[in-house]
Amino acid sequence: MNQKPATGSGGARLSRQEGGERSGTGAVPRAGAALRPRGAMRLWFLIPLVAFVALAVVLAVGLKRDPREVPSPLIDKPAPKFALARVDDASRVVRLEDLRGKAFILNVWASWCVACREEHPVLLEFAKKRAVPLYGLNYKDTRSDAGAWLARFGNPYDASFFDEDGRVGIDFGVYGVPETFVVDGNGVIRMKHIGPLTPDVLANKIEPLLKKLDA
Amino acid sequence: MDRFAGKSTPDAAAPRRARALLAAALLAAGAACAREAPPEAADPALEARMVRITSELRCLVCQNQTIADSNAGLAVDLRRETRELLKQGKSDAEVVDYMTARYGDFVLYRPPLRTTTVLLWFGPALLLVVGGTVLVLTLRRRSRMAADAFDPDDDGEVVDEVGAAAAGTAAANAAASGRG
Repeated sequence: MNQKPATGSGGARLSRQEGGERSGTGAVPRAGAALRPRGAMRLWFLIPLVAFVALAVVLAVGLKRDPREVPSPLIDKPAPKFALARVDDASRVVRLEDLRGKAFILNVWASWCVACREEHPVLLEFAKKRAVPLYGLNYKDTRSDAGAWLARFGNPYDASFFDEDGRVGIDFGVYGVPETFVVDGNGVIRMKHIGPLTPDVLANKIEPLLKKLDA
Repeated sequence: MDRFAGKSTPDAAAPRRARALLAAALLAAGAACAREAPPEAADPALEARMVRITSELRCLVCQNQTIADSNAGLAVDLRRETRELLKQGKSDAEVVDYMTARYGDFVLYRPPLRTTTVLLWFGPALLLVVGGTVLVLTLRRRSRMAADAFDPDDDGEVVDEVGAAAAGTAAANAAASGRG
């Protein structure tokens, strides 16, 4: 009883061929009618397979993608304007316009952010090369915590800007710290990386882009 | 103490003081509660509008929650921003534009109809139409086929054979091979 579908379909195919043979001896129109489903059968049995492979590919691609990586609408758009005091000096306000003229990297970080600690050695290493200015956007932090964090783990930033209420972060579309933006000399955002920077991302994505921006 | 004693007996002063303390404690508690949620109290209409808009927006931190529902820091901030924008007299559409300008169409629980979202919007309907067409065509073709194009309904014979012997599959196989 369990094997009925397998044997049943085979049986149906056989009997249909029989039908064709039988009609061949008799009425002419029935021969054509019986041939059509037989010719179609050859393709039709492939359709579930094709559908399955297509579905499997779509799902496999979907599984590999990181749903946390939301594409930013700000790529190739002017960076949002901001005016923020530095973390180390509340009296020194830095504006986006002050940073124009040369490509720079803006790294969003916070002392409460665990992944930032993971990415920190990579930034320290990158800062040694002095390729481009590296600025920090200190997101929803306190001045004392941020200062202590930099003193303890080292400061790779040319300057960090103090975004206490996270408003500049929102303007940059920040939703998970750390995030890193590459801004060109005209103040246009060229790239955004979500999550901790890795040596691989720096070497294969950011540095080639910086070279292109320099040229 | 002396003043109370002058007005009433010392025995009666104790419960009165206790009542005064209790009242003060309740007042203080009430004030604390009011401080925790001032925006709702300040403007219920604005708050309701804010909730209506943000419940159509996806929180980027807890991606299956709305900005209205989520307690993530970013959702709290975005609710605050929404309130601010509404206070400035911005329309609902302008608030949604503010969000999509920063976070993309991803924040919209109802994605807009674009060339890239055509499949998303019409894919299910398309599948239904294709499936329905295939079903109708198959059924029509089968209804046109002669009765002898199909295997005979073998329910009767199989049931009989199963009744006779427990090995129903073997019997069905035997019946199938016998026919072929």
